[in-house]
Amino acid sequence: MTIAPYRRWSESARRDLNLALLTLALFVAVAARFPVFASPRNVAGLLDDTALLIMLALGQMLVILVRGIDLSMAANLALCGMLAALFNRAYPAAGVAPVLALTLVAGGLLGAFNGVLVWKLRLPPIVVTLGTLSIYRGAIYLLSRGAWVNENEMSRDFVGFTRAPFAGLSTLTWIALLCAVAAMFAMRHARIARNLYAAGGNPEAAAYSGIDPGRMQFIAYVVAGAIAGLAGYLWVSRFAVAYTDIALGFELQVIAACLIGGVVIAGGAGSALGVLLGCLFLGIIRNSLPLVGISAFWQMFINGVVIVVAVLLSARQRRHARSILEAR
Amino acid sequence: MPAPLLTLTDVRKSFGGVRALAGVDLELHRGSITALLGENGAGKSTLVKILSGVHQPDAGTIHLDGAPARMPTPVTARDLGIGVVHQECLVFDHLSVAENLFINAHPARRGLVDWRTLQARASTVLRELGADFGPGTQVAALGIAQKHVVQVARALVNESRLLILDEPTASLSRRECAELFRIARQLRDRGCALLFITHRFEEIFELADRYAVFRDGASVGAGALAQASREELIRLMVGRPVEQLFPKQDSTPGEALLEVERLGRAGEFADVSFTLRRGEILGIYGLVGAGRSELAQVLFGTERPDAGRVRAQGDIALVPEDRQGQGSILPFSIAANIALPNLAALAPRGWIRAREENELARHWMQKLSIKAQEPAQPVHSLSGGNQQKVVLAKWLARKPGVLILDEPTKGIDVGAKAAVHAVTSEFAAAGHGVILISSELPEVIAMSDRVLVMRRGRLRGEFTRAAATSEALLRAASDA
Repeated sequence: MTIAPYRRWSESARRDLNLALLTLALFVAVAARFPVFASPRNVAGLLDDTALLIMLALGQMLVILVRGIDLSMAANLALCGMLAALFNRAYPAAGVAPVLALTLVAGGLLGAFNGVLVWKLRLPPIVVTLGTLSIYRGAIYLLSRGAWVNENEMSRDFVGFTRAPFAGLSTLTWIALLCAVAAMFAMRHARIARNLYAAGGNPEAAAYSGIDPGRMQFIAYVVAGAIAGLAGYLWVSRFAVAYTDIALGFELQVIAACLIGGVVIAGGAGSALGVLLGCLFLGIIRNSLPLVGISAFWQMFINGVVIVVAVLLSARQRRHARSILEAR
Repeated sequence: MPAPLLTLTDVRKSFGGVRALAGVDLELHRGSITALLGENGAGKSTLVKILSGVHQPDAGTIHLDGAPARMPTPVTARDLGIGVVHQECLVFDHLSVAENLFINAHPARRGLVDWRTLQARASTVLRELGADFGPGTQVAALGIAQKHVVQVARALVNESRLLILDEPTASLSRRECAELFRIARQLRDRGCALLFITHRFEEIFELADRYAVFRDGASVGAGALAQASREELIRLMVGRPVEQLFPKQDSTPGEALLEVERLGRAGEFADVSFTLRRGEILGIYGLVGAGRSELAQVLFGTERPDAGRVRAQGDIALVPEDRQGQGSILPFSIAANIALPNLAALAPRGWIRAREENELARHWMQKLSIKAQEPAQPVHSLSGGNQQKVVLAKWLARKPGVLILDEPTKGIDVGAKAAVHAVTSEFAAAGHGVILISSELPEVIAMSDRVLVMRRGRLRGEFTRAAATSEALLRAASDA
């Protein structure tokens, strides 16, 4: 065994750069064949399509960082979306602000429920969130009695909020980009973020440094939950409909975007920039398939291949670091 | 004397920069029990791992039955007839005894496990050993001693010619030990070669026929036990020149910083009382499993005591024994590691300023002469000694009232050792208190103002700097 050679560029920065180049190459390749793909209108549409994925993936990243996983994110989104729609139907004149507050708080509470089970009862995250996934979906059914809330039952500002354009991009896109930039900054400079990385990277050493890894998991679930809640309203507003099955299975795409973005499933490593790029990469694939003439049925298959390849590449990079640990 | 069953010649093994075996020779004979002695870190565990196929030697030869042998995997070691009874009891709790005995070697017919043969053979082996449990018992329901018997039985099933007992008695009662010894003698009389590792001298003289002593990864003596005395063995184990590496600064102990009164935690240690004074380095010596690390964790606060109390002036910091597992976050940079317990001071409003973080790291990198290019270098790319310096720095930066060091120089090179000792001594002289837990006698003796000796969870002696000699400490620490 030799000590790993030290490179100035950290491993994660190099991975982010590689992914950025790959994403750009994919974009250029599609645009070269179909110039319309690079038109401002199409790019704005692509970003609008990917915005919700970006927000959720940033939340999921926090949870995976601390060695957790949140399978209930899409269910949380759907439940809070329904709450938002019902609230708006009951109080159409209340405006958007109380809806935003309501979904943030409700989503945060749903996330806190996951967090408490993981932190205080030490239950495995995958089991907890598999359970709450079902509970939250079930709650939508109970809340709505299975009925849909349609556009004609929603107030105009409720539906219009996400679509309002600003400098060529939708409000929804701006919110997602704002989240991404805030996350990039916070993950680098915030004390709490440092503690999250530490708790995921080595819970025992973190505990010795006075950080409670369980509490860090709780915090990650609350933030992820709040994001999912907010995304619930944004989703319902964008598609102008709320029903039990919205975003069904979307959690898997969210986790996939994280993995492609270089978040290590075992925790402790990942960057907000990587996650943003992972989402854009998936978004470009999804939006270019119809253009290239590949049936949408292939999309799932291609997503899967991309995930496996991404994980394979990052596993190869990590092997060296791991061999140091295992030599003893 | 007939040719030995197993002969090791000049076997060497290093991990990274750390030399675990620096050339050991060993002969094991059929029908004979050889006791392997050595201080912690002398290389005994590495030898066991090489013989059982977990690690590969870097150099040297191993002959089994006169022919050169290689054990690239644990399966080859098993097939060559080498069995191990591990200290940590490596058994599968959720399986039955019979399944455990045949793990990875189930008798099969046409690809299906032959349960009848398996049960029958397991019963025979257990009966031979005089076990008080049957093959159908769930292993989780067994006690530690019985699990050891399961491991011995597994070796019998594999027709082992060489059985290694790696500190099997550490957690056994007197009666359980006697039972294990009866089985060991039974195997010896059937012509098996046994390698017995223990820290207890009375057991060595009770059970073994021959001895071999390791020190600092090299063999320093071997022979028949009948011609050896306890004193001679102790001298072989510790007898090295005390290196002049320990620049201890003189200090006069001041007021009490830490008062520990009848502290205890069930199953780990009991009735521990002592006082640590300002400016004092208090050594705690003992063998592995004596309860020293457990005491450190209770003092630090990661574990709660069941009895007694601790009164401390100022906060307590702990540099844990396992620097990679507990001390540092390996993928983090040097700066981030040092900053971690100091974030409250570095980032009072929640935002970390990179410049201050780097300044702090640079300060300590210089002070401890940490060999690295810059604060942003990840800790996993550093050598063991430099990793330890980072762990030390992160706690020194907090300026704790009491600093507990658990095996601070284990496995690090001489230069790094000297740096750790110098900064520790300076820290104490500046009016802080240091508790130095170490298994290295020269280190404890040279660094400490006072030495406490722990054995099996209790304090067994207190020695002033003048009275702390290798022989006296080792005698108090082992059951000699």
